[in-house]
Amino acid sequence: MSIEATENEIVDEFEMFEDWIQKYEYLIDLGKSLPLIDEKYKTEDNLIKGCQSQVWMHSELKDGKIVYTADSDAIITKGMVALMVRVLSNHSPEEIINSKLDFVEKIGLTKHLSPTRSNGLVSMIKQMKLDAVAYKIKN
Amino acid sequence: MSQSANHRKSIAIEKIRADFPILSKKVNGKPLVYFDNASTAQKPKLVIDAITNYYENQNANIHRGVHTLSQEITIAYENARVTVQKHLNAAHPHEIIFTKGTTESINLIASSFGKKFISKGDEIIVSEMEHHSNILPWQQVCEERGALLKVIPINDAGELIISDYKRLLNSKTKIVAITHLSNTLGTINPIEEIIALAHAQNIPVLVDGAQAVPHIRVDVQKLFADFYVFSGHKLFGPTGVGILYGKEKWLNELPPYQVGGGTIKTVTFEKTDFADLPLKFEAGTPHIEGGIGLAVAIDYINTIGLDAIAEYEHELLVYATEKLETIEGVKIIGTSKNKASVISFIVDGLHPFDIGTILDQLGIAVRTGHHCTQPLMQRFGIPGTIRASFAFYNTKEEIDIFLSGLEKAIKMLK
Repeated sequence: MSIEATENEIVDEFEMFEDWIQKYEYLIDLGKSLPLIDEKYKTEDNLIKGCQSQVWMHSELKDGKIVYTADSDAIITKGMVALMVRVLSNHSPEEIINSKLDFVEKIGLTKHLSPTRSNGLVSMIKQMKLDAVAYKIKN
Repeated sequence: MSQSANHRKSIAIEKIRADFPILSKKVNGKPLVYFDNASTAQKPKLVIDAITNYYENQNANIHRGVHTLSQEITIAYENARVTVQKHLNAAHPHEIIFTKGTTESINLIASSFGKKFISKGDEIIVSEMEHHSNILPWQQVCEERGALLKVIPINDAGELIISDYKRLLNSKTKIVAITHLSNTLGTINPIEEIIALAHAQNIPVLVDGAQAVPHIRVDVQKLFADFYVFSGHKLFGPTGVGILYGKEKWLNELPPYQVGGGTIKTVTFEKTDFADLPLKFEAGTPHIEGGIGLAVAIDYINTIGLDAIAEYEHELLVYATEKLETIEGVKIIGTSKNKASVISFIVDGLHPFDIGTILDQLGIAVRTGHHCTQPLMQRFGIPGTIRASFAFYNTKEEIDIFLSGLEKAIKMLK
């Protein structure tokens, strides 16, 4: 499935929610799900510090595709992290670099990506793309 | 609530709320419950009108022109200085310096005092509960001049350990910089005692009054404070304006912080004669409407009365504290008996950011995080807290909305 197709899938899922409570409950459920990252990758190097919450992100290249794993100390942030991983993981560096990620706006959660939110998400997305650029140059 | 029957001035809450336009706003479709007053306070219509009026009718530069507008606004600005002077009971208007805010006031003293009085091996005392703004400027001075930063520890209730403070004071101590009221814990420090102990050894004290002035009547002469600093925006005035009170003796001795227009008597390329106080410390065109707006805010607060405000806010503090304590998993950080209406707490197993995010959806504005007091968070071994801080326009009904919002958030997140 392409990045865009996954984005559309998420937009469809969110359209079923009737109010913000259901939306956030879904994010919280995602956040509560199993750890998204191997404990050994929760290192200082992989830490993206936000003013409010922190994010850990690790990437590796497998068969020409990048696999991301990530985690956060805040559940709602972790839910957002899970969505990002779902959208971007298992795609080629090229696809990731060119992704627009406008699903966040479509599901009405843009405020989590505003710089003032300082939850580490904006920096994480930037890092995901930077990793993709690095893998592309290496290959 | 009507006027008190017991012959004391009390808070006419409905009337007061109507003075603040923003309080009738809806946020995320819900009536705004604004409990982030320790970050910045809302502004009464009178202050907003004063700023509009300045631009519509008064705008001119101060201290410069012979023309009527310039003269009138100079008088208005200097009257604002007198309002601040009287509010703090300072001895002279020229002991009041307009700055950008608390942060700039502290930077000014740290820089100017540091240049003149601090050298290698000297010591500066701060406390464990300081806002970063009252740590970083001193840390910088220490680095530049080879001095040492000493820290007064706090106990588990969030109170300064005075016996440790006494031990820290010595002949190498050059200045003590301490908050009057903790922005995170709400603790009101025994500032008179702290100053008296320092003065016994001829050490001056700077008091960070940013959090204290909205809650407590401050008399700088009674406190014997050498420097007392605060921001306009936490005192229901405009942002971008603040106050540095300094004893005349000290301000005369200190070199200017920034130099430029307005700070001089005569300038040649060889030498500059600096102006007398307060202009020596007020380089450039100031935040004129800010100073005027701040004076309007002070007059407004005084019509309500700081004693009535303190009494009412204490009621809100006690009410909220008692109810919060009944919610399972809630732990209040900062349990001093001497507290203002600032409550920090954590919820067992939950991240403050998550709670703050859900409360925001419910129209409730609280602050989450480390509140610019990371060393304090390290002291308590927590990443951050949720902080609800009340002003005199808040109500018990709003506290009830906040508490049920909190319970809802906990239920969703657990």
